[in-house]
Amino acid sequence: MNLKELAELLNAEVMISDIDISEIEVPYAYACDLMSDVLAFCSPGSLLLTGLTNIQIVRTAQMLDLPAIVFVRGKLPLDETVTLAKESGIPLLLSKFSLYEVCGRLYESGVKPSYVPQPREG
Amino acid sequence: MGAPVCMEYRIEGNDFMEAGAASNNIKKTLKMLGIESAICTRAAIVTYEAEINLVIHANGGMLKAVISEDKIEITAEDKGPGIPDIKKAMTEGFTTASNQAREMGFGAGMGLPNIKRNSDAFEIESTLGVGTVMKSTVFFNKK
Repeated sequence: MNLKELAELLNAEVMISDIDISEIEVPYAYACDLMSDVLAFCSPGSLLLTGLTNIQIVRTAQMLDLPAIVFVRGKLPLDETVTLAKESGIPLLLSKFSLYEVCGRLYESGVKPSYVPQPREG
Repeated sequence: MGAPVCMEYRIEGNDFMEAGAASNNIKKTLKMLGIESAICTRAAIVTYEAEINLVIHANGGMLKAVISEDKIEITAEDKGPGIPDIKKAMTEGFTTASNQAREMGFGAGMGLPNIKRNSDAFEIESTLGVGTVMKSTVFFNKK
């Protein structure tokens, strides 16, 4: 599914208008409100679904080459978050649905889970 | 590649606005040098977690990356409070992060374990009241 179709599916407002989001393919997604867990468990290239709104969520997206971020349950990203996302060319989507519903809608539409590595000893 | 590329950044304590900027620069440099994407991601996770640790725990410090032909060596050095029990700090889920850090989404107790997981070589030395030195190496030619 591409990001434009996905935005429609989530009734999401798209921030950052100068990118053609229909060209961004989203094969899999990861949902999390813990930045450290995103860094530990989210595979590069995943769409990120989150309720975190601070600037570090965009930094995390930069590190993992995430194609876009969906803010769930009507959360609004902070100004500095939007600024950095614009600079980095990372589209932000705003959905009023709960994290659970966003996940459900995407899963039903064939978006696969991000690969989660198993914990290692030590 | 000729001489090693050396990048060094002063990281300010508790500055959550700038945190991650140095790591992003290092990652961009690796990409520019044509390093494989999966390796760039591993190095980026190591530098970013180390940078965040300097911000959250150490009252700032130095983040250094030396990129040579076959590897990147990342060093985070601080004069912070030190880590009382490194074994505990290396345990997934253990955290001493502040409420502010937790509100930002950090403090899941995944930082150091995640750095180690993404490193080919990893060492950390800490002395209470003196500071901490963490070194990580990621090789370019192995997974």
